[in-house]
Amino acid sequence: MGLLSDPNRRRALIGMLTRLNAPICMICYMAGVAWFMGLAFEPFTLRTYMSENAMGSTMVEERFPAGERALATGREFAAHKKKTGGMPVDWLVRTMQARGLEVYTQRFSRKLPFPDEDKERYMVKGTNVYGILRAPRAPRTEALVLSAPCSPGNENNQAVGILLGLAQYFRSQIYWAKDIIFLVNEHDLIGMQAWLEGYHHTNTTGMDWSPLQGRGGSIQAALSLELSSDVVTSLDLVLEGLNGQLPNLDLANLFYAFCQKIGVLCTTQGKLPRNDWDTTSGYSHAVQTMMLMVLKQASSRPWGDHGLFLRYHIEAASIKGVNSFRPYKTDATTVGRLLEGMYRKLNNLLERLHQSYFFYLMPSLTRFVSIGYYMPAFGLLALILLLRALDLWVQLSSPPTRTTEDGVEVVPASPGVLSILTPLVISHLTGVALYTLPVLSQELAVEHFPVSETEAVVLTAIAIYTGGTRSHDTHRLLAGEGTEQGWKVLKLVAVLYLAVLLGCTALINFSLGFILALTLVPLAAFITPHVPKTLSAVVMVILSPGLTLLFAVFFFQELQETPVTLQEGWMLYLSVISQGILDHALYGSLLYPLAALLVYPCWLLFWNILFWK
Amino acid sequence: MAAPLALLLIVAVTIRAALFRTSLANLISERVEVVSPLNAWKRVVEGLALLDLDISPYSGDVFHETPMVIYLFHFLMDYAEITFMLADCLTAVALYLAVKDYNKQVFRKQKFALEADRIPMDCLELIRSPTEMYYIPLKVAMFYLLNPFTIVSCVAKCTCGCLIYGSALLSAIFLALATYQSIYPLTLCVPALLYLLQRLYIPVNVRRSSFWFYTLQYLFMFLGSLLVLICLSFFLLGSWDFLPAVYGFILSVPDLTPNIGLFWYFFAEMFDHFRLFFLCVFQINVFFYTLPLSIKLKEHPVFLIFMQIALIAIFKSYPTVGDLSLYMAFLPVWNHLYRFLRNIFLVSCVLLACSALFPVLWHLWIYAGSANSNFYYAITLLFSVAQILLVSDYFYAFLRREHHLTNGLYLKKKDGSEATLVLK
Repeated sequence: MGLLSDPNRRRALIGMLTRLNAPICMICYMAGVAWFMGLAFEPFTLRTYMSENAMGSTMVEERFPAGERALATGREFAAHKKKTGGMPVDWLVRTMQARGLEVYTQRFSRKLPFPDEDKERYMVKGTNVYGILRAPRAPRTEALVLSAPCSPGNENNQAVGILLGLAQYFRSQIYWAKDIIFLVNEHDLIGMQAWLEGYHHTNTTGMDWSPLQGRGGSIQAALSLELSSDVVTSLDLVLEGLNGQLPNLDLANLFYAFCQKIGVLCTTQGKLPRNDWDTTSGYSHAVQTMMLMVLKQASSRPWGDHGLFLRYHIEAASIKGVNSFRPYKTDATTVGRLLEGMYRKLNNLLERLHQSYFFYLMPSLTRFVSIGYYMPAFGLLALILLLRALDLWVQLSSPPTRTTEDGVEVVPASPGVLSILTPLVISHLTGVALYTLPVLSQELAVEHFPVSETEAVVLTAIAIYTGGTRSHDTHRLLAGEGTEQGWKVLKLVAVLYLAVLLGCTALINFSLGFILALTLVPLAAFITPHVPKTLSAVVMVILSPGLTLLFAVFFFQELQETPVTLQEGWMLYLSVISQGILDHALYGSLLYPLAALLVYPCWLLFWNILFWK
Repeated sequence: MAAPLALLLIVAVTIRAALFRTSLANLISERVEVVSPLNAWKRVVEGLALLDLDISPYSGDVFHETPMVIYLFHFLMDYAEITFMLADCLTAVALYLAVKDYNKQVFRKQKFALEADRIPMDCLELIRSPTEMYYIPLKVAMFYLLNPFTIVSCVAKCTCGCLIYGSALLSAIFLALATYQSIYPLTLCVPALLYLLQRLYIPVNVRRSSFWFYTLQYLFMFLGSLLVLICLSFFLLGSWDFLPAVYGFILSVPDLTPNIGLFWYFFAEMFDHFRLFFLCVFQINVFFYTLPLSIKLKEHPVFLIFMQIALIAIFKSYPTVGDLSLYMAFLPVWNHLYRFLRNIFLVSCVLLACSALFPVLWHLWIYAGSANSNFYYAITLLFSVAQILLVSDYFYAFLRREHHLTNGLYLKKKDGSEATLVLK
């Protein structure tokens, strides 16, 4: 406490912090970025290990024999799907009943706020079919879910086939202590949302669905299977769920352990784990894997059907079959055995998966970085904001007294409340407009401009976003001329606001918080009314949240090894915005409201400071 | 001054009424930061339902309000919203009047001191001018009414007690009421007594009989009204059930629902055979500082009240942000101490960050399931540390100003160089 009470040491420390503020900030920024890049370096990461006792030491034997028959069922499913032109409900009910499951259906319908041009849907109507295999060994208080989507076209037929094959095989086993629910959901995430809301008796998004007639126990874990070919070369594990939530790391460990045991190639983000960490290419491979995960997590959207389970406290992951040109193939029987093994281990669970980490990044499937290791990277960036705030506070609390000719000291007048409040209120109102107007005004826009509804929504959003930058001298609206003190107070408020905002974001979704901090922190640190206007304005626009998203889109495509041209990138950018708005309306993803209501107004505050007069 | 106060009350009531109408009211009344097991409206409704069925409201383990409150709401059930708004307004007006009264006194004292030349010449800038003091009562009322914390607790229909004092009997009765509501205001007895003694120009001197006479008289009034209240409750309810259910519940902390206080996590983790010992240690914190603070601040009972309310808000067993807002309302009274505050920037940053982090970590713990109680408790700890720093900072600043008022503002060391005050 000496530091807090001894005035001399305090003065020395504060003097040092204010004098060396700029260099310390630079160092912090570089250290933060370096720390983040270091996270992908293998010696700094931990090897994954199974923490859950119930899944670690026990051995199970996988005996699933009927891969070929499962594929035949899948082909039958495909034929019926083609015939009915959608979900073959009757056939699925019959088939599941023939396999001895309790079968129920759930109807749902949803009108999207505006047409989804990527998936070509607007008025969605569909049916989920699920069968429950009742646990013979224990009271039916807990359940596991295996789901496969019924996708349009020729996709995922094999997944449904394997699901039905496993149902038949599981039915004849006696060791199940948890109900197993086999779910075929239509319209991917919308169906999944309807089913989960029906199962848990909640309605968070205003969707219409018929109540579920049958229910198992409380769901402990879920896997979602996506498979579109008879043989696969590798299986890809997808973890990122809604709002950047991740399942317990033990689920990933379980998948990896069985892949190793059965001898299937497994990947995450489509990247194989490599051993050559000491070479440049090995390191850059790890960085790419991690960056893909960071970008996917930051997008806040569910990257597979599992993504919505996480909201209900259910550990879930998607497993995607990949069929590339590699010569070594894995057949359906092996995939079935892998799933059998995983379900038998999950069946052994005595309590929910909770032993391992919930906050992690994976530079490869075998390595992870936990929250304690990655938070300092963000902390170093956030420290810059606090240092700048401290600097401003010191400047404000000891105002430079100018001496006039008479020798009278003139203390600059303290700024009026109005000159601070006006920019705050106006920028937030702009944010509210950005949040509400695009969806509300689509009809108006479609009437007057030759665009479709989706384009109307996206273009209105962009128009409001750019239009908001016009409000750069709002402080003069009511309070007259701004003072030197005025912008400092406003900047102090804005810097603290940004620090709290980013801190909260980073706790919920580290990747999003870090990416925003990476762009917004330098801007917040250097903006004053006295820097060269044009140059800084350009820099500010480049670092604004909207353009950050554009760069992220290009960067993501680059990392996925599907580079796009400028034109394609722009189209992709537009569709990403519309998807973001849809994700918010359909599943309650928080990225769009966060960006519109908080981040963008915060950026506008700095924009105001730059044009302070 | 009446017009701005009326305007302020209207604005405050409008905000509250508007919030009652929105869906936010439900959300807020579920927040653990705002409601405690002691004062949750849900529990009051439960108690009322039991009372209507002729069952003792304390027979379950849900209701922990005092019998008077339940009978009050028994009649005011349909006007609950108005009652809460009215209570807030009354508290604000009472605060307003009390602070106005206090300011008058301070000013009078200062005038006497000036006339008697007891204040060193270079301290004139520490003297408080009437113009700057003119707005303080209004600011206090504003701080109380427009504080987001107060608003949310009103909307959540928290039944926090309020405290006013004027004449001796009235003060004793209100203090007894507050103590009856939750035991902790007992410690306010000392400052209230000191304040009254000061008004009557009775010196605090253990050898003077008038001091003892008045003290005993006051204590008698206080204990008498407390006794009357408790007996009244007994006759209303017809049993002593409420004593363990209310006071036992406050003192032995059986409900470990997370809140912004320090008790829940600690006692959830503790082995049972240490429980009693640590219970005493934790509870003694509230009462422990009363004596040394009263000795140190016997000339300044109002500041002592502020310190006590703050300490109660920090160390009580089921604190809510409503308690916080009560002592924060006093901050404008001490804005002349501002130049001596040292950690105000740090403290306000931490308080701000904590207020934002509470809901975030609660979400991560309870809804997302990815964080755990340690995260939430860490923020609780930080929040308490910030509050303690705030209070001790104000204490330090107050003492320092007093020191300067007697010794001069620009202190010199013996060799003539500029001296600095070091608190060790």
